[in-house]
Amino acid sequence: MAESTAAVNSGMLSRLGNWLQARWQSIITAIPLFWLLLFFLAPFFIVLKISVAESLIASPPFSSLFEWGEGLLPSVSVTAENYSYLWEDDLYVRTYLSSLKIASISTLLCLLVGYPIAYAISRADGAMRYILLFLVILPFWTSFLLRVYAWMGLLADQGTFNNLLMWLGVIEKPIRLLYTQFAVYVGIVYSYLPFMILPLYANMEKLDNSMQEAAADLGARPAAGFFTVTLPLTAPGILAGCLLVFIPATGEFVIPDLLGGGNVLMIGRVLYGEFNSNHDWPVASAVAIALLIVLVLPMMLYHRVQARNAEQNT
Amino acid sequence: MTQDSPYPWREEGATPFIKIEGLSKRFGSFTAVDDVSLDIFKGELFGLLGGSGCGKTTLLRMLAGFETPTSGSIFIDGADMTHVPPYERPVNMMFQSYALFPHMSVEKNIAYGLKRDGVNRSEISDRVAEMLKMVELSEFGRRKPSQLSGGQRQRVALARALVKRPKVLLLDEPLAALDKRLREQTQFELMNIQDQLGVTFVVVTHDQEEAMTLSTRIAVMDAGRFIQIGEPAEIYENPASSFIANFIGSANLLPAKILERHGGVAVLEHSGSKRQFKVATDSTQVGDTPTLAIRPEKILIDKAPLNQCDNQLQGTVREVAYLGKISTYRVETDIGEIIEVTAPNQVRPTGVGHKIDWDDSVHLGWNADSAVLLAE
Amino acid sequence: MTGKRSRFLLTMLCFGMAFLYIPIILMMIYSFNYSKLVPVWGGFSTRWYTTLFQSEEVWAATSLSLKIAVMNATFAVMLGTLAGLALARIHRFRGRTLFTGMISAPLVMPEVITGLSLLLLFITLNQMIGWPASRGITTITIAHITFSMAYVAIIIQSRLAGTGQDLEEAALDLGAKPFRVLWDITLPQLAPGMVAGWLLSFTLSLDDLVIASFVTGPGATTLPMLIYSRIRLGLRPDINALATIIILVVTIGVLLAGWIMLRQQKQLANRQ
Repeated sequence: MAESTAAVNSGMLSRLGNWLQARWQSIITAIPLFWLLLFFLAPFFIVLKISVAESLIASPPFSSLFEWGEGLLPSVSVTAENYSYLWEDDLYVRTYLSSLKIASISTLLCLLVGYPIAYAISRADGAMRYILLFLVILPFWTSFLLRVYAWMGLLADQGTFNNLLMWLGVIEKPIRLLYTQFAVYVGIVYSYLPFMILPLYANMEKLDNSMQEAAADLGARPAAGFFTVTLPLTAPGILAGCLLVFIPATGEFVIPDLLGGGNVLMIGRVLYGEFNSNHDWPVASAVAIALLIVLVLPMMLYHRVQARNAEQNT
Repeated sequence: MTQDSPYPWREEGATPFIKIEGLSKRFGSFTAVDDVSLDIFKGELFGLLGGSGCGKTTLLRMLAGFETPTSGSIFIDGADMTHVPPYERPVNMMFQSYALFPHMSVEKNIAYGLKRDGVNRSEISDRVAEMLKMVELSEFGRRKPSQLSGGQRQRVALARALVKRPKVLLLDEPLAALDKRLREQTQFELMNIQDQLGVTFVVVTHDQEEAMTLSTRIAVMDAGRFIQIGEPAEIYENPASSFIANFIGSANLLPAKILERHGGVAVLEHSGSKRQFKVATDSTQVGDTPTLAIRPEKILIDKAPLNQCDNQLQGTVREVAYLGKISTYRVETDIGEIIEVTAPNQVRPTGVGHKIDWDDSVHLGWNADSAVLLAE
Repeated sequence: MTGKRSRFLLTMLCFGMAFLYIPIILMMIYSFNYSKLVPVWGGFSTRWYTTLFQSEEVWAATSLSLKIAVMNATFAVMLGTLAGLALARIHRFRGRTLFTGMISAPLVMPEVITGLSLLLLFITLNQMIGWPASRGITTITIAHITFSMAYVAIIIQSRLAGTGQDLEEAALDLGAKPFRVLWDITLPQLAPGMVAGWLLSFTLSLDDLVIASFVTGPGATTLPMLIYSRIRLGLRPDINALATIIILVVTIGVLLAGWIMLRQQKQLANRQ
């Protein structure tokens, strides 16, 4: 009897094993999918929900969206007040516009600085190419916060730049560099430059040198060859790099906070402040949702670019 | 005992070892394999021949179990294999890339399949040693695949697939990655091993010469279907269509019309020039408009008239390609068609005079049974 | 590269490298400044290093950050490898579009949004099921895993995209069941990618300020949070010292990892 039970058990086990083996694809997909649904997608719906809740002085400082009423159906209290508050308060609109402007100009600057560097690296030969690439990637591995801090040291009133300029006699007394828009631009370009160079390099590396030679052979001068052959062929890299800089830069918090001080309006900083100092969570949520709406188009575009690149690799 | 016959497919009612029935595979709207049926017999070395995208690899992958058929069924040794996963099939495959596991030694690669079957350790090492000996790699067991040459890797892949004593061995372009000389040598090794072990081989190849040399029978595939199945000589000498005539070797194709027929010989008329030729046939009827196919090596070429031949043409040599043991001539003939002829270079073409050259006037000739008629 | 164009590229390259490295190097130099005012040179000294090593706050924050980074990297590699496998090897499954979207989004999502949304999730979960009871090391780790796994998935996917499925099919053909194939064949092939993913996740976690600030609770201060709270008010020489140590450690780590990977790549190249 015991033996037959054991046989039945092992039979069931091996059948369970086979059942699992046959479903290996579902199993390895389900685990990360479940994690992302719970910790990535669900939070957005909660933010959305709270953005239409009423602000309360309590902990947590927002009204519960679903109140179990007397009937079976929960009564829902929804308000668009937080959004209309954003729209009516001039400060928020100006902040969004200012964020977009700063992110756009920084992206353009990053491209202007990054493009020739990426190009030079992609045309360097052998070991030199890897060394240069390594030098570009290295700062990306070191602390973001500390790299921003390094610029505080350069730009401060008694910082290295002012000291240098006074020593050279260019200026009499320190000029204000830190806590200005200029500092924010420098900070963003500095911090995000690797994100511009790497996709550009990945794109240019695949570029066949003979293309330019063919263009030259067919009579294109260097400038014409660049604008008619190289630039169009590197467009996917330009797009990917610009999006990788523009999207996170729009919501940037650390750089405007440390280098811009109170003088530069950026939405990431306002959101953080709304949340941390004012404890107005519904308004912070509405700010976040509005930022997401602004960024959803570039994010979808980035997703498309990524998907196309992945396709080309296979 | 049908298995005892060296040509079981020639016998009525012989039991097939692999039975493919109405097998189709569609990827979205693309049909890779289109309703094919095929019997393969025990001990055969069966060739699947076709150009890229003809469906031969998909068919092989369905035999291995990597693709699930859209419809139809596969039986191996009487058992339905259609929905059996690859790891439970009595079938092994030698991959075109060899797919040797780079992080395992040669021995470990070969032992891998036996370990999965739970074979005990001493038997594994015996059988691995036996296989290594068979492929003449006994000294290389501890090396990694990266430390072997292309030919050695190919033999490891073969040993790995054979060590499990599969009922069927599938080979995907087994020789494609080797250079020409090694390929010829390996062809014969493969045939020897197959002969020794008696395992049924199914070989996919795009190389018609390889298929001809290796196979007991060949199935020629195009657009997901079989267009002819037969022994190599049968396919070469009696191609079913002009596509096959050109795919297997090359052929001069002349449009024609049958004028009369006496027993096994018909007289036909070339559609363009109205010139008449004799051809051996047993199936055409007067009034049919078949294509006359003549292989280049079956046509004689000479500066003197070839009166001994049933059919003769005259023409001018327009191109000569000297290939060493043979030469190929393209001759513009008096029937207005360019005819390709190959002839062995039995004499060293050093002396001026008997050598056939550009712009020479030549006679061409062939016998009635050297040409075939193709319905399409 | 010849002539004017070459000279222009070379200039840009030098300018770019100077731009990237001068601020860091200056920051490191001033860590040896005796003066309490960072930009005013007061002679060579290592007093700020001594101050740093004596600070219990710094030690506590460092150990918390390292703990989170190690846990994050380990879990992110596990989840990210599965996700990368799903993306590269399984071409049709329900929710694939959503899945690929959720994998690529964290790479560009502004940190303030990720941080805020995760915090609100943790609060909601706490109200609903009582977990997480308090915020701190666990919630920070979960938040870090969520964005780190996306980076790992991309690395794994791109490694797999370049290789065919022959090896896996060969193993299946030889009688290995799917999970056996995963263990015997796929994972060993992915090992270098997993190492790279682990290192990247580790670094991303050590680097994160914004998300951690949102989802942390009382008492849990990570190293970036500590640094931020000090530099908000201006330059601090002890932070220069801390920065110097961190940058040196990271550089050595990256050099080592790069060297190992280069060696592996060379071995791989020899094989083919």
